[in-house]
Amino acid sequence: MKHLLTWSSITILVFFSVLGDIVLSRAMKQVGDVHELWDRAGLWSVVRRMLGNANFVIGIVAMTGGFFAMLFALSWADVSLVAPAAASLTFLGNAVAAKIFLKEKVDRRRWIAAALVAAGVALIAG
Amino acid sequence: MTLRKYLVLAGVAVFGAAGDSMLAHGMKQVGRISIHHLQEVVLAVLNPWVAGGILLLLAFFAAYMSALSWADLTYVLPATSMGYVVLALMARFVLHEHISPLRWTGIILISAGVGFVAGGPTLTTHTHDRPETFEDLEAEEEPEEVGVGEVER
Repeated sequence: MKHLLTWSSITILVFFSVLGDIVLSRAMKQVGDVHELWDRAGLWSVVRRMLGNANFVIGIVAMTGGFFAMLFALSWADVSLVAPAAASLTFLGNAVAAKIFLKEKVDRRRWIAAALVAAGVALIAG
Repeated sequence: MTLRKYLVLAGVAVFGAAGDSMLAHGMKQVGRISIHHLQEVVLAVLNPWVAGGILLLLAFFAAYMSALSWADLTYVLPATSMGYVVLALMARFVLHEHISPLRWTGIILISAGVGFVAGGPTLTTHTHDRPETFEDLEAEEEPEEVGVGEVER
């Protein structure tokens, strides 16, 4: 039961994290470079553009779902299992999803980086 | 890449790592949450460590959104994973915890991954829906290059 609950919540956490990262990344590309925007039109304009973006709102909802899935997972398993498992799987999930949904050019350099970081994260907290 | 952009990436790494550690510490104090009492997960935010972790994660979120506005997701994520390395080094040199050879291997792998992605371009997408300029805000201003679709090194 403990394992089932732990891994179910980690799976839900990874799903929400990847979904959130992808839609938020798309939202921020639609908003534009916030440094540039802030310099020109002020902070309020940045906030208004972000809150008015549908992808941004979907991303916030997904991140909130992931946050509570993480709290639930942490209450059942050690952070030394939850954090590396969720982070590694999210790294790999994001690399695949960014290529498919965001059309990012995930070249060999980025695949290697994603794999190295995912393996490193799994080791560092494992 | 400007100094400001490096600072934003460092902010993502540090705030994220510190926030996660505070949440983890707080949830150890809160204890296990039963599947039959899921509302307890909401009450967990009343724990001061959890609340502090949430504040740090809000700072993380602001820096993260800023980074995603000018860089690819597959660039930002590896670049900011240095936070894990910072956490491990802090555990070793500030808290004097023992770091096993396995964890040192992890630190080296993450650093290598960061090195791989850091040498490449920050933005590879040609997002047609990305604003070229912000002319809707200040039409009279001389439009500057925003660097859309151009590969920045």
